Amino acid sequence: MPKKVHVQTTINGETVEFLCEPRQSLLEVLRDELGMTGAKEGCNNGNCGACSVILDGRLVNSCIVLGVETEGKTVETVEGLAEPGKLHPIQEIFLEDAALQCGICTPGFIVATKALLDKNPNPTEYEVRYWLAGNLCRCTGYDKIVRAVLDSAQIMSSEVGA
Amino acid sequence: MRAFDYIPAKTVDEAVALLAEKGDQAKPLSGGTDLIVMVREGRRQLDLMVDVKDIPETNVLSYSQETGLHLGAAVPCYQIYADDEISAAYPGLADAAKIIGGTAIQGRASVGGNLCNASPAADTIPPLIVLEAVCVIAGPNGTRDVPAEQFCTGPGQTVLENGEFLVSFKIPAPKNNSSSYYLRFIPRNEMDIAVVGAGASVVLDTEKTSFVSARIGLAAVAPTPLFAEEASASLAGREVSDEAVNAAAEAARHIARPISDMRGTIEQRVHLVEVLTRRALNGAIHRVKES
Ligand SMILES: Cc1cc2nc3c(=O)[nH]c(=O)nc-3n(C[C@H](O)[C@H](O)[C@H](O)COP(=O)(O)OP(=O)(O)OC[C@H]3O[C@@H](n4cnc5c(N)ncnc54)[C@H](O)[C@@H]3O)c2cc1C
Ligand code: FES
Ligand code: FES
Repeated sequence: MPKKVHVQTTINGETVEFLCEPRQSLLEVLRDELGMTGAKEGCNNGNCGACSVILDGRLVNSCIVLGVETEGKTVETVEGLAEPGKLHPIQEIFLEDAALQCGICTPGFIVATKALLDKNPNPTEYEVRYWLAGNLCRCTGYDKIVRAVLDSAQIMSSEVGA
Repeated sequence: MRAFDYIPAKTVDEAVALLAEKGDQAKPLSGGTDLIVMVREGRRQLDLMVDVKDIPETNVLSYSQETGLHLGAAVPCYQIYADDEISAAYPGLADAAKIIGGTAIQGRASVGGNLCNASPAADTIPPLIVLEAVCVIAGPNGTRDVPAEQFCTGPGQTVLENGEFLVSFKIPAPKNNSSSYYLRFIPRNEMDIAVVGAGASVVLDTEKTSFVSARIGLAAVAPTPLFAEEASASLAGREVSDEAVNAAAEAARHIARPISDMRGTIEQRVHLVEVLTRRALNGAIHRVKES
């Protein structure tokens, strides 16, 4: 039986150490070992995006990354977005625009939106839809989500400009 | 799911030694978008995953107009289409890299993993075939080169032998007046597996009115991706015309040996080979004329 492996990684700016089995996904490590339940499990095979996190600056599905692969890397999760007592603008706007119903897909969409706007602060609707093609939502019909992303882009870039 | 060990190899030799020692109980890991899913769903049992994506040689991405492209096997898809020079030189490869999964998949999925997974429907294999990619394989007896069209031997089967793994691709520099194109048919706009895929590369003469040569590659119409050799050869020396393109597409149709499954029937796939081959050729021709 393979031994647990010691892993040191940076999660939301803090150095974190954990023990995990090589077969455990990053999603399982986050949720079961570290108690960070923001990333959700939908499909567990890379198709739905509910488990989205940012690994070394790239959007990935944490259900198909091994926890042991994150040794020495940086991970950003939905928990890292809000400041104490203050939601991140993307979170505010998802609420304002009613871009969620059951909410299971929402953390994934918010992390994917963050990754998009970090790279492309003013995306077109087409770019938003293609970027989010790997994030599935069974409730909203997507329109309000796309609008929330476009609104987030607008508000965040006007805040930077102000 | 059985427990397994994980070792990130730092050098080619270390990876070869680990793979040779464990035989078919070990597998190389690149982006994991096929392997991690398969192992965690219990469809593949392993003792060891050898992570090959931190080895310098599997990460090279260098292009020059003289020597062509040297592409590390583990380079993720997004790095290919994010590079303007490489996308302009090998647009057919960028077409495929852009449509594998969604954003999060493209952040991890590699061309090397796509080839080594040896799915008949793998999107990067027709472009690799039409761009004359050579696969650089390392193993216990040193390295050897295999042309992309000879790499897959059956669904999930490759020429790789015990202890061997794919290090990189060498893709020749694009010739004057040449271009490439890849497209697939899927019922959705994104996030689906090809019902049929077709890639083409063409080299035209200086007037851009005749073919010097062409290559056509097909996916999801046989147990392995195919190089449509006769259809490709039929274009050499011919005038660029609808007749020539249609005749090549018709010839490509004859080598398709597809199956019927939930994605499409034999009849639909055979028909799609002709339609997509025509579109891939016309797409590549259009790109040459535009440039
Ligand atoms: C949601 C989703 C959508 C997808 N969409 C598409 C799609 O549209 N088109 C498509 O073609 N594929 C698709 N795939 C499949 C997969 O993403 C691709 O095949 C990908 O390119 C595999 O690359 P990887 O680096 O993740 O490979 P891995 O999963 O790491 O490896 C794949 C296989 O190759 C072997 N391998 C990896 N690297 C090497 C090496 N250097 N030498 C020898 N063997 C090696 C592994 O042992 C394994 O058997 C999709 C997958 C998912 C989960
Ligand atoms: S749970 Fe990871 S993609 Fe669905
Ligand atoms: S809000 Fe329910 S899945 Fe998106």
